[in-house]
Amino acid sequence: MNIYVCIKQVPATETKIKINASGTGIDTTGIKWIMSPYDEFAVEEALRVREKNAGSTVTVVSAGPQRATETIRTALAMGCDNAIWVETPEETDSFQAAKALAAVIKKEAQPDLIFTGKQAIDDDCAQVSQLLATFLEIPYVTVALNAEYGAGTVTVKREVEGGTTEIIAMPTPCLIAAQKGMNEPRFASLPNIMKAKKKEIKQYKMADLGVTDADRKIKLVNMTLPAGKQAGKKITGDAKAQAQELARLLHTEAKVI
Amino acid sequence: MATALIYAEYKDGKIKKITHELIAEAARSGCEPVAFLAGAGVEALAKDLGAMGAKRVILVQGDALKFYSNEAYGKAFVEAVKSVNPAIILMGASAQGKDLAPRVAATLGIGLASDCTKVKIEGDKLKCTRPIYAGKALADVEFAGSGPQFATVRPNALSVGALQEDASAAVTNQPLDASALKSVVKDVVRGATAKLDVTEANIVVSGGRAMKNSENFALLEALSAVLPNSAVGASRAAVDAGYRPHSYQVGQTGKVVSPTLYIACGISGAIQHLAGMRTSKVIVAINKDPEAPIFQLADYGIVGDLFEVVPLLTEEFKKVLGEH
Repeated sequence: MNIYVCIKQVPATETKIKINASGTGIDTTGIKWIMSPYDEFAVEEALRVREKNAGSTVTVVSAGPQRATETIRTALAMGCDNAIWVETPEETDSFQAAKALAAVIKKEAQPDLIFTGKQAIDDDCAQVSQLLATFLEIPYVTVALNAEYGAGTVTVKREVEGGTTEIIAMPTPCLIAAQKGMNEPRFASLPNIMKAKKKEIKQYKMADLGVTDADRKIKLVNMTLPAGKQAGKKITGDAKAQAQELARLLHTEAKVI
Repeated sequence: MATALIYAEYKDGKIKKITHELIAEAARSGCEPVAFLAGAGVEALAKDLGAMGAKRVILVQGDALKFYSNEAYGKAFVEAVKSVNPAIILMGASAQGKDLAPRVAATLGIGLASDCTKVKIEGDKLKCTRPIYAGKALADVEFAGSGPQFATVRPNALSVGALQEDASAAVTNQPLDASALKSVVKDVVRGATAKLDVTEANIVVSGGRAMKNSENFALLEALSAVLPNSAVGASRAAVDAGYRPHSYQVGQTGKVVSPTLYIACGISGAIQHLAGMRTSKVIVAINKDPEAPIFQLADYGIVGDLFEVVPLLTEEFKKVLGEH
């Protein structure tokens, strides 16, 4: 089986976001970059499917600037066989990224399964998985909690609102976008980290893939930090008095209950 | 007048509030709101969409639409876009909208601004504000290129208008093309108790690591039970400790919520959690530690033991709400 896993490099979740001088991006100084957390579940799932299907290969693909190759190496260290990097400028939108990933997959081996994370935690667009599958004209399931793999078919449990789940069967090739908890991602061992450093990363440029500026559909015109909040009211007294006062304030002052 | 096509969502035979919010926003902005309604045996809901302000309803029905699927619903919605030719397309940033909207955008070759908290319709142009980095920053976005301008909007971000019970929408039946569908929805499994999702709740009561175990969440369930349209959430620490399933997690690697009232109980306020709830209109923090970062965001803070305060608060809320 040819298994692809598409990942994105993002700032670590503890990052304090600062806006850059142009006001349309973040200041990347001092940021620690990680694999987007949901992508770890995608990589793990791809590796588990490979382990159950002898002769399969897992190819990791990532679009991003030069530093994205560090995250590609993390995926290689976890156990991916092949790696592809699509070099992009700092700012690309979901449409461009998905178009580039689709073009790469069309140039490379025909996919049986494609795994992604349900969203990247930087721009939070949660679009690339669905765009990619649609460009490739294959079915997809997002927010996957688990999947069972049969012959030429996959049955996926998808999380929707309020504890409800949907059970969806689809033929391969198909795309599965992982939710947290789909599996327990493995840690890369030190020998594998060393080995991953020497592995080849195949490179494409956006232009090689027919992706242009005209494919950018969303323009980011301004980025701001959320307004700071005025200091709130501290409610004092014993627990009874505090509870009474809070209920009163929420009812008569804030008028939210 | 620009036309806005709105994807209507419903649950248990009722149109969802987010759909009402989108119709109301389109009408306020001077657009003609046209609703898209798909399903099986849902024709009665067209009247409710009219009462919410939709002028027209595109109705698609058939067995293939009995359950939501991005394939069947996507195909029908794309057809509707082609026939209505709207300037603006709006969907809720709900489980369905998030799953479906990119498929529609890819098929039509248009851009999509996802999970917006503000939309501004100026003529046939759509300007959106969307939280990024889970709300640590806000991005103002616009559309490049031609074609409809398309956004998904987070529930509770826009206000609803008054219902006009006597208003009705003109219904157009769109034929269903259910050929060549690849995926099949085998089943939809409702949770043990049909609960309101934290993203849709008007009030969220959340617990952190200080809840100590899953049983103690009963205190928060009891508090939530007296508050209409409320749900119980949890911090990542509480989820990682196994007190609550991940579907309850509020924060950067969980759900981002913006309810009218957020009550954080025993949550210290890690940056990832604050990102997920900072847009809540009113924030209450109950925590033993007066230095907890959550207090910097709280409109009302109680330094105290949640195990003492929460049960008393439940009683006080009952009293206040009972006065009506």
